[in-house]
Amino acid sequence: MSTDGKFGDYGGQYVPEALMPAIEELDDAYQRYVLDNEDGFMDEFRQRLADFGGRPTPLQRADRLSERYDLDVYLKREDLLHGGAHKLNNALGQVLLAKYMGKDRIIAETGAGQHGTATAMAAAHLDMPCTIYMGERDINRQRPNVFRMKLNGSDVKPVTAGRGTLKEAISETMRDWAATVESTHYVIGSVVGPHPFPAMVRDFQAVISEEAREQAHEKLGGLPDSVIACAGGGSNTMGAFANFVDDDSVDLYAVEAGGSSLAVDEEAGVAPNSASLSTGDEGVLHGARTKLLQDSVGQIMESHSISSGLDYAGVGPELAYLVDEDRVTPVAVDDDAALEGFHRLSQTEGIIPALETAHAFGYLEEHHAELSGSVIVNVSGRGDKDLQSAIEETEAREIPNAPDMSMFSEGI
Amino acid sequence: MAENEAIAAAFADGPAFIPYLAVGDPDYEASKAYVEALARGGADIIELGLPFSEPIAEGSTIQNAIVRALEGGMTPDRFFEFVEELDVDVPLVCMTYYNLIYQYGRSRGGEPGPEAFVERAAEVGISGFVVPDLPAEEADPLRAACDEHGLDLVFIVAPTTEGDRLEEMMERVSGYVYVQARLGTTGAKTDVSDQTTRSLQRLAEWDVPKAVGFGISSGDQAARIVANGADGIIVGSALVDIVAAGVNSERPVDETAEKLAAKARELAAGTREGAARRNADIADADSA
Ligand SMILES: Cc1ncc(COP(=O)(O)O)c(C=O)c1O
Repeated sequence: MSTDGKFGDYGGQYVPEALMPAIEELDDAYQRYVLDNEDGFMDEFRQRLADFGGRPTPLQRADRLSERYDLDVYLKREDLLHGGAHKLNNALGQVLLAKYMGKDRIIAETGAGQHGTATAMAAAHLDMPCTIYMGERDINRQRPNVFRMKLNGSDVKPVTAGRGTLKEAISETMRDWAATVESTHYVIGSVVGPHPFPAMVRDFQAVISEEAREQAHEKLGGLPDSVIACAGGGSNTMGAFANFVDDDSVDLYAVEAGGSSLAVDEEAGVAPNSASLSTGDEGVLHGARTKLLQDSVGQIMESHSISSGLDYAGVGPELAYLVDEDRVTPVAVDDDAALEGFHRLSQTEGIIPALETAHAFGYLEEHHAELSGSVIVNVSGRGDKDLQSAIEETEAREIPNAPDMSMFSEGI
Repeated sequence: MAENEAIAAAFADGPAFIPYLAVGDPDYEASKAYVEALARGGADIIELGLPFSEPIAEGSTIQNAIVRALEGGMTPDRFFEFVEELDVDVPLVCMTYYNLIYQYGRSRGGEPGPEAFVERAAEVGISGFVVPDLPAEEADPLRAACDEHGLDLVFIVAPTTEGDRLEEMMERVSGYVYVQARLGTTGAKTDVSDQTTRSLQRLAEWDVPKAVGFGISSGDQAARIVANGADGIIVGSALVDIVAAGVNSERPVDETAEKLAAKARELAAGTREGAARRNADIADADSA
């Protein structure tokens, strides 16, 4: 990777001028503290990830899935990280970095609320005031996470613009930052946004593949044949891939949300999916050049996914680059297959995954015949936050492997 | 670097009043009447916003205007048509976000990149661009296309812009610099920020016209900012507020247009009043 914040032609810094000094200051801090471990920053980060976060997370063999697919299926259990998702790796890193930079306020956007809760936890842990922007629609989809953020002392601000999802929440957080850059750090939630965010968030998340690589050597006696991770913005994805990118023998699959269809409705400005790697075109959004869901003139489309954490019209610029280089294979899994994956992992392995994560298991079910040997699936998060929507969405569809939930709708 | 003659002329005889409206807010025909009202009210340059779905630099007033314009069917091609049909005799600057500029070539079957957009803009009579999400570092392709067609590229100088960044920007700017009066997004305010004064001081060594914007809403404010050394004032949200009030109260288009023209006259008069005060101060200082 180059140091100018570009991944091929992707990346860069397309932001309002008012933010540029803050981004340059952040780039400087990234290089000193993260890359050069100045003042022992990375040591403190690692220690806190262990003590507060519970790292390392296990690499667990999924016996019944292995049998079902005739593969060696291993699960990287990020769902066991404090907070229930990989998001804490990044949030803790950035809140700590903000402290080292002398900032005294944290802001963040959130989609599913997982990044918001992780940031709220990290901010409480490190005693920083914190404001979280969240789309109104997402607030309604993810109530438990809103409660958690508030319990941790964060202020949750609803965003009503547009369709009230992640895209609007990011725009609104950037607006707050434009007014408050001098005192405030923006903890972006994925490998998106202007440089240095995509590189920095990847580096904080890379602990996933750093551990997984070592654990694979212990448990598999070598490298896995494939790594599979779901991709919204792509932070768990890049985290799971980072330490395998140079190992050409390891196939990397980024599983996007296929939503209800990969076709777009140009007239309505709606893409009923979030598959920007599979179907998007190059463009500029939220500070970076990357692959986007956009209409023919360049207006950003409203994306859709059953999982709010994948519901985003853009994707990290490095993933876009790795896809163009044929290093990462983008694949899409639709809402129904994701729900089936959700129920399958719950029933066969005793792990209720996040709906985001469930897409990776949907891929495994549909494409296991194309895989061979050993597969690591990144279990990016647990599904407690999704129980309400999973039950509702299951009831609204024909999901063959779902348990009978009629006792709730019909009364006990 | 090309300098657009029409824009240079607008600053030639004193400070310029530069209003902004989102094109297509709330619909094509009304919007045309509103822009023409600004010209009648004494605009020296008009900034025409081409609405983008993710306007990250705008506060809620202009965001809402953009939503209305997009719902009213505004597109880049409609925008160009609009500019072509406008009956005004002032230079027009297109304010939009980079993705629309970048995608335009592709939408017409070519390659992405700024050339096709700039060529079409020049054809319909646009004199320059302001692109709030395009910092100087990423602007070379657009700068080159502007040079080829004789258009200006205006950059926004924030209160936090200084040192090397300011130098880089000043090397690439033409027409005028947009001095952002305060940190934050667009939106009408009533005070004069001392961030503005400091920015004007930092910029004093360059002889590009300095137009101050973000939060200006009255003729009195305009006068004070010009008296402080600005070469122009840019007013957006305070005008968009009038359009929004018209939409909300279902006022007839010509009444809203008249209110816009009146507000423009107030702001244009403030701009000239500020220039007179500044000249008087200079005269005082000379005679002291
Ligand atoms: C559990 C989980 N997995 C995945 C994602 C998607 O984010 P990313 O693609 O950045 O990993 C989210 C986002 O909220 C999430 O909560």
